[in-house]
Amino acid sequence: MSDSAGPPSEELEEPLPEEIQPTTTLASEIAGPGKASWRQRALLPALAIFTALVLGGLIIIFSNQESLDAWKRVFSDPVEALSVSWRVVRDAYYALFSGALGSPSRLARAFGSGDIDQIRGALFPLSETIVTATPLIFVGLSVALGFRAGLFNIGAEGQMTAGAIVAAAAGISFGWLPGPIHLVFMVLAGFAGGALWGAIPGVLKAKTGAHEVITTIMLNFVAISLTLYLLSVAPFKQQAEPISKPVKVTFPHLFGANLRVHLGIFLALVVAFLVAWLLNRTTIGFEFRAVGANPAAARAAGMNPTRTTILVMTLAGGLAGLAGANQLASITPSLIPGFASGLGFDAIALALLGRGTPTGVVAAAFMFGVLRAGGRTMQATTQTPIDIIVVIQALVIVFVAAPALVRAIYRIRARGVTGPQTFAKGWGG
Amino acid sequence: MSAPARTVAAPVGSVRRAQVMGIFFLLVAALVLIAFGIGSHSGLQSRLGLSPARGETFFRFPDLVVPSRGTSMLIAAVCGFLGGVQLTRGFGRRTTLVLGIVMLLFVFAFLTWAARDRSLSLLGMLQSTVLRSVPITFGALSGVLCERSGVINIGIEGMLLSGAFTGAVVGSITDSLWVGLLAGAIIGGLIAWLLAVLAIRYLVDQIVAGTVINILALGLTSFLTDQFLQRNQELNNPGRFQNIQIPLLSKIPLIGPIMFDNNIFVYLMFLLVILIYVGLFYTRWGLRVRAVGEHPRAADTVGIRVLFTRYRNVILGGIVAGVGGAYFTLGAVGRFEEGMTAGRGYIGLAAMIFGRWNPIGALGAALIFGFADSLQVKLNILQVGIPSEFLAMAPYLVTLFIVAGAAARIRPPAADGKPYIKE
Repeated sequence: MSDSAGPPSEELEEPLPEEIQPTTTLASEIAGPGKASWRQRALLPALAIFTALVLGGLIIIFSNQESLDAWKRVFSDPVEALSVSWRVVRDAYYALFSGALGSPSRLARAFGSGDIDQIRGALFPLSETIVTATPLIFVGLSVALGFRAGLFNIGAEGQMTAGAIVAAAAGISFGWLPGPIHLVFMVLAGFAGGALWGAIPGVLKAKTGAHEVITTIMLNFVAISLTLYLLSVAPFKQQAEPISKPVKVTFPHLFGANLRVHLGIFLALVVAFLVAWLLNRTTIGFEFRAVGANPAAARAAGMNPTRTTILVMTLAGGLAGLAGANQLASITPSLIPGFASGLGFDAIALALLGRGTPTGVVAAAFMFGVLRAGGRTMQATTQTPIDIIVVIQALVIVFVAAPALVRAIYRIRARGVTGPQTFAKGWGG
Repeated sequence: MSAPARTVAAPVGSVRRAQVMGIFFLLVAALVLIAFGIGSHSGLQSRLGLSPARGETFFRFPDLVVPSRGTSMLIAAVCGFLGGVQLTRGFGRRTTLVLGIVMLLFVFAFLTWAARDRSLSLLGMLQSTVLRSVPITFGALSGVLCERSGVINIGIEGMLLSGAFTGAVVGSITDSLWVGLLAGAIIGGLIAWLLAVLAIRYLVDQIVAGTVINILALGLTSFLTDQFLQRNQELNNPGRFQNIQIPLLSKIPLIGPIMFDNNIFVYLMFLLVILIYVGLFYTRWGLRVRAVGEHPRAADTVGIRVLFTRYRNVILGGIVAGVGGAYFTLGAVGRFEEGMTAGRGYIGLAAMIFGRWNPIGALGAALIFGFADSLQVKLNILQVGIPSEFLAMAPYLVTLFIVAGAAARIRPPAADGKPYIKE
């Protein structure tokens, strides 16, 4: 540390002894106290979502022309302003939730009639929600795995893109393979591509101490540029379009051709189960969590944080890569610019919201699926831009990341230890 | 890593590092020789422009005209020689300096190769280097202010983006660029206040809090752009600050056009670098800030208000980032576009790290990134045969390499990222 570089004149000569890390890390905080009941653990996330929806409602009110006009006349007619605002928000959120889960009246009618086609029609929104949630489960697991090992992977977007690039190459070529084998091959290729992209920041962090937050962000931009380049060369290029040839295999639909819900959700749930098993039931998983909680203690106990860091980032990248393969095998069969746009940030939200546990991530992904799929309906029927969903998601993360803030708003007393959540270990590693 | 292990390993590590450096210099020499020397035909000449196309200076530098092949051969020889010396005798403490020289020579060889048989305005490139480093420098200075007091600020990207948006909208509504700039600064400060509350009061993990700010800023600005700016273009047309020529100074050849013929943001940048440097290292304020960032408990013991210092510095940092953000709309493009900061905030963080949390170092690092950025644009125009998508990766790859290369030997403020709880 103090070798050839020359002493920085204005700094102290000797680095101060590193303080012992507080034992309450974000990982253990988000894992929650083990004995808390399911309801207690779900209370804060639920309140966080509720608060975010309330604030999102306020933003909708003040960005809607109709309600803005009503508010301009607030002094002459305050009731009108309030009722218009209420109606605007109610319409938007009704469109959101019925667009995601199905309209209650239609569902009731369909199940009452017992007609399979009607039931399928009424379940269409739910199917869309699941289709939207599937890639979110993969990327959310990617970030959650990093969290548990004390690594902040903001690179899920780049890893998903890299996975999609390799998976697309495998899916476009190798057409001679029998269908199911080709499909498996493509999914594995997606995992490998993402794993490679995740391994780079892992190795950099382990060998040089370069902080993963910066390296993964940079690799996101590199992956985006790489996609743009690849779309102009073989085997991806397709005439002049900025879109690749479609892959030759797709996931089979689970409930008939009209509902888009496909095998990917099954794969996502299996992978979530495997991650949970890895983290909670294996030695490797224990090492991940130990290194995440306290690297110094883990090293003293004979573990190897360097190897763990590389392994975690590789696996996390692979999980994100699976999301890329999943999209190719289902709703986006071609590689396109901005293939994974925004999913990396969603992934962070999911991992925080799911408190770093695979079960939590699956639940959070379903909720985001609701927001996303419903957001499209909301935009179509009430002209509320879908970007409001991103705002609501960001607000959800604010409140989930700051439990103290939610407790302060709702006057909930903290239970047990609430030490500082330390997760950032500074820049040096 | 534990401190004792490192002390023991240091001599071994530095010997190996010296050898790696020597081999690296030789590789650069070989690359220059093969790719740029043998790669260009003999007899071609490269013309590197050193005078502005328009405008007057006291006298004009003649364009630098060099033989393309010969220059590369010469540079390859020099790099090879330096590599040989490094491997046999070693430059010891001056290795880093020699590394810088080798990199400069490499870039020069690359430019002569790219400009073979045509001309390239070196002056224009340096001018755009300064311009492109502006938001990065502001971001890095924001980071320096926050982190010297012990708060990690990953949210610089979001502050830049909000500053850009607010600057454009307020500048358009009030029809005044200065009010727009002020609004950008204020919004930056407000967002920083949010970061400070989350990080200092509610003890939210600082990297998570910063990331949340980035997501929130991206979502809100995109939402508001879709909702309002798309339909009302007059809300997104603030215009731009014009260049101010400093009398006399702008007439100095080479330096004048680069430094003293710019818009207000460039002058503000240089002013802030000096102010923050002097402030941090030569005033009581700076001593206290650094004390809080290094050892808050000790600072508290002698009566420095730790949390207050952190709040103040984070908000100051936000103001700086807000001004830097306003550069995108009021200084460069003249309108707001969704996600227009394109990672410059993160690059600013990398510049801060590479510049060792020192304002002048940060400026130097930002200039390197700015150069990579302007090189990429220039080469794209010259069509040197490298796909534009790869050129676009350049600033990000440079950041990646620099962070990886510098990270092991840097030392952040000791209490950086650690919340302080008064006992």
